[in-house]
Amino acid sequence: MRDTPLSNCERLFLLQAIQEKKRLDGRQTYDYRNIKILFGTDYGCCIVELGKTRVLCQVSCELVPPKDSRPTEGILYFNLELSPMASPAFESNRQSELLVMLNRQLERCLRNSKCIDTESLCVISGEKVWQIRVDVHVLNHDGNLMDAASIAAISALSHFRRPDVAIQGREVTVFSPEERDPIPLSIYHMPICVSFAFFLQGSYLLVDPCEREERVKDGLLVIAMNKHREICSIQSSGGIMLLKDQVKPVEMLLLVEGEHENHSSERIKPFPVLLCFSSFVLMQRKEGGKFGFAESLPIERITALKRDEAPVEMADVKDTAEEIINRTESSTEVYPPGLKTRERSAASPVLVATGTAQVGEGIVNSWGLEEDEDDEVIIEDKGGGTYNHNCICK
Amino acid sequence: MVNRFICRFIFELLFCNPPQTPSEAEVPCSNTRCRSFVMDSLLFRLKESVGEALLPGDVFSPDSEETPSRAEKLICGPGLRRTGDHVHVFKSGILRNKLPNMFWIDSQQRRYVPAKGESVIGIVTSKAGDVFKVDVGGSEQASLSYLAFEGATKRNRPNVQVGDLVFGQFAVANRDMEPELVCIDGCGRANGMGVFGNDGLLFRCSLGLARRLLTPNSELVKDLQQVFPFETVVGLNGRIWIKARTVTQTLILMNLLEACENMTAQQRHSLLQKVKDCSH
Repeated sequence: MRDTPLSNCERLFLLQAIQEKKRLDGRQTYDYRNIKILFGTDYGCCIVELGKTRVLCQVSCELVPPKDSRPTEGILYFNLELSPMASPAFESNRQSELLVMLNRQLERCLRNSKCIDTESLCVISGEKVWQIRVDVHVLNHDGNLMDAASIAAISALSHFRRPDVAIQGREVTVFSPEERDPIPLSIYHMPICVSFAFFLQGSYLLVDPCEREERVKDGLLVIAMNKHREICSIQSSGGIMLLKDQVKPVEMLLLVEGEHENHSSERIKPFPVLLCFSSFVLMQRKEGGKFGFAESLPIERITALKRDEAPVEMADVKDTAEEIINRTESSTEVYPPGLKTRERSAASPVLVATGTAQVGEGIVNSWGLEEDEDDEVIIEDKGGGTYNHNCICK
Repeated sequence: MVNRFICRFIFELLFCNPPQTPSEAEVPCSNTRCRSFVMDSLLFRLKESVGEALLPGDVFSPDSEETPSRAEKLICGPGLRRTGDHVHVFKSGILRNKLPNMFWIDSQQRRYVPAKGESVIGIVTSKAGDVFKVDVGGSEQASLSYLAFEGATKRNRPNVQVGDLVFGQFAVANRDMEPELVCIDGCGRANGMGVFGNDGLLFRCSLGLARRLLTPNSELVKDLQQVFPFETVVGLNGRIWIKARTVTQTLILMNLLEACENMTAQQRHSLLQKVKDCSH
């Protein structure tokens, strides 16, 4: 399907607004949209919402033989997919320029920056190493996919835990999560991409462009940085010639920290907190509270694209709700957590178990341990459901 | 069973347009799809359910023992379909009624399906010989002949470029053929249609909001008029074009309109009051 064309009047208006330093949603030139990071039940599962842009990332691991040129290093594999549900312009199985650019940038940002210690992923040198696979799916496109994808990828990598292994001579034992706690990856630093869009031959600059602003841009500059003030990668596209004077202020924006109003740099600071955050999330999950995906998919609302905005009349909700529930005849069955998917009788749109949230319902998780000689280990969710990373439960 | 009740309740909560005045409720729907002759009891049942939220699959059937002695004409609008003696609901929404016997389902959706006689805002995507291809937000692009403008002849072509906005109505719009737009009415006059908008802002909204803006004596429009003076063109395909005196004012109006979709009249008044206070 084709995307809606951009009319001349929209283009003129947007450029005029940019010249007057106004943006469509009332942000300032250097303001970011609200970022929300949510984790799922499985380790390594993360959804990032950057305004209306939504990106899902899943990290998984597998034991494979290493590359011949690097027998002592693990393998990192990145894959970004533009789902057709994200925008009418995306078609499945179509290799578009945007897709190639996003994939390349993600790889450069995370692999070439050596943020993950691949030597620690080696199990038996020359024979078995861990292959860490990062799959990023774009769920909704409202501009600035690169930033959202990089945040999702690095959050999911920090959240991910790989199974523990014991090596005795040539024998490798992979332990299930019940036997031994899985181990996090060793991450040296967290590089995050920040996108700057240039307009009108580089005279105007916007941070975090939304989809309509992206359509009228002249060029794009993506800088990947970490909190130690190291630039991990710079990419400039769109063919616009940037003078050093234009790039310098951009770098300064990123470096300035503290009480400066500059949101792009303030954003880099909270990210190392993510590591603590993910362990906090795990603790909460054990207590059975509602959070993570369960928060982002509340059962009281019809799941459409949410906006945080206009209040809705809810004056006598409780009374009407009680009235309706009293009027009904049948009762709902509450499924105790820990019940396997197959044992449920009917697929229900209402998530009745507290504290469990899943991305999809399906077969038993079969990632990770196909090449193991001795043990057949089935990895199960701690939350009690089963998981298939390709489906998303509505 | 429970799910159905809860769904209905949730639907009512979210999509029930807040307390509407009778004039807002009577949206003239220009495409009445079927007419049927029905019995009294059926009509009575329909009238009873006016204002209720209905789900697809709900059926209105007449009493079985009644013979069609006195047949009254019932007009089924969008969302209702007649099969034999029964009237089926196939869209979720609120049942509305325009006296004496026109019924339709007021549903909230964002996807537009072209229908004959509706006026829409289109974006010209290409010129192919004598015909412009216009994107109206439907599954297919509509065609607009260059002769379908006021005062256009073979020598005197209208000044339409790719990327321009046009306001026209559908002359042909059914699911088997490519939709066709025209920018003149039956008598050959433009009547407000044609190319427009060198500046101003175009944005998308839900179809329900567009219809609310187009009702005669719409309260929404009256409220907005008091904030800033502005020009607007509303297309039934969910596209709205706005132009106010400055860029800031236009942006404020756009955000207000998008927010007003789910607000009650009272909330709207308080929001607009805040805006007026800030701007002065």
